[in-house]
Amino acid sequence: MTEDIIVSLRNVSKKYHSLEGETEAVKDLTLEVRRGEFITIVGPSGCGKTTLLSLISGLFMPSAGEILLNGETVSGTTGHVGYMLQEDHLFKWRTILRNVLLGLEIKGTLTAQSKEKAEALLQKYGLGDFKDHYPHQLSGGMRQRVALIRTLAIDPDILLLDEPFAALDYQTRLKVADDIWKIIKKESKTAIMVTHDIAEAISMSDRVVVLTKRPAQVKSIHKLDFTCEERTPIKCREAPEFRVYFNRIWKELDVHV
Amino acid sequence: MYKQANNILPPGGSGNDNEVSKEHKDFLDRLNRKRIYVRVTQIAILIAFFLLWEIAANTGLIDPFITSQPSRMLQTTINLHRDRSLYIHIGYTLMETIVGFVVGTAIGILLAIILWWSDFLARVLEPYLVVINSLPKIALGPIILVWIGAGPQAIIAMALIISLVVTTIGVHNGFREVDPDKIKLLRTFGATKFQILQKVMLPASISTIVSAMKINVGLAWVGVIVGEFLVSKAGLGHLIVYGGQVFRLDLVMTSVIILAILAALMYQFVSWIEKKLINWY
Repeated sequence: MTEDIIVSLRNVSKKYHSLEGETEAVKDLTLEVRRGEFITIVGPSGCGKTTLLSLISGLFMPSAGEILLNGETVSGTTGHVGYMLQEDHLFKWRTILRNVLLGLEIKGTLTAQSKEKAEALLQKYGLGDFKDHYPHQLSGGMRQRVALIRTLAIDPDILLLDEPFAALDYQTRLKVADDIWKIIKKESKTAIMVTHDIAEAISMSDRVVVLTKRPAQVKSIHKLDFTCEERTPIKCREAPEFRVYFNRIWKELDVHV
Repeated sequence: MYKQANNILPPGGSGNDNEVSKEHKDFLDRLNRKRIYVRVTQIAILIAFFLLWEIAANTGLIDPFITSQPSRMLQTTINLHRDRSLYIHIGYTLMETIVGFVVGTAIGILLAIILWWSDFLARVLEPYLVVINSLPKIALGPIILVWIGAGPQAIIAMALIISLVVTTIGVHNGFREVDPDKIKLLRTFGATKFQILQKVMLPASISTIVSAMKINVGLAWVGVIVGEFLVSKAGLGHLIVYGGQVFRLDLVMTSVIILAILAALMYQFVSWIEKKLINWY
């Protein structure tokens, strides 16, 4: 195994069982993610994108195949993974700082030192003045930033983002996507994001993985290169390559309405 | 509604306030006046009620032997105060209610936690809970008496049992309404089941628990008074039953009024706890 591969899925399959029968969500899927990479998974709705994240995080076990995180088989939730969901899910009864400390509390690694680090993160990303506020006092974009810092506080090996901007309105969404992307890059984290917004996928990622219809398999992987000087999500929406990638992935997705 | 208020109430006098515009000040004045009117009317109804009662009894419009009257009730209260029995009765009833309420709520929440913990148990017990919940618990009174004997312990058991099942069902439903994504979030941090309970289930269910408590205060009083009707030698329920049997309506009415005041105070106390808890969380 090469040094810089952080996550590797090997012939992973996942079946769901219910009274109606069994559903194959993921079938024989193989994928490797390099350290420090931002990778986005797109695919037709209901194709098993979220299942994939749940598998990587250890919430579900694969029916077949193997998932390696840092070369070790994932066999349950260990807290090495930072999971960001559609909504921020900040706890309204906790202050911003105490929300950020949640992961540390659960992992039992809350020390004066780790607390200080979490406070520094809030400070660094413009939320220092709000640490004693309650979530309802913050805007949607700020809350999503807090949610990211909450996952960063446990110093995860990898971030999993499940449509993290879906609950925001369009303008906020562009700005927050830009913010979140910058934070992730600054902290040099590896990120796997799921979205059905092609533009969002292209603007943020190093690679875009297109999945097939259920059961999900990798249909194609698109490595993105932009000529723009500053590679931030908002800037690269203006790059000439953007449209090319957009059309290519749009065709791959093969959407029939 | 507002137009009407505007016609009745001339705009508030002080137009020389620099901070607030005159229009806004008028609006605030109007709100304030309305609040005062409501309160004044409430108190007036109370006074009028007792006054009319007193007058009607004095003029022979109603028979005070059957209906009692405020002045006699006051005298009864003073008599009870003089021989200190007032405080003994209140003490018994209050103690039984508080113990029944607190223990009933605590065990109820504990059972809800057990049901949440074990889905198997929750599914097995569901029909039984439904039946027990719909059964009028008062029907169990005689059984409780036989099993644990006549006395305060039986009355506490009544109060406890009457609030227990409601709490369990209410809080368990509250647990089920907690956003599954919040639980998912905790699980990705590697949370144990106990941590999920501690960090999200209980704090997210505080409002459910408090509304269960608000219902339970009322139910605990019902349990205690019924219990005292059945067995007691002391307590407000005992005074009411005894007064009824010997046709001393003064005693009955006085006890009912005291009961109403105590129950209202206890409800206010729970509301106060609710405020504290919500601020704390």
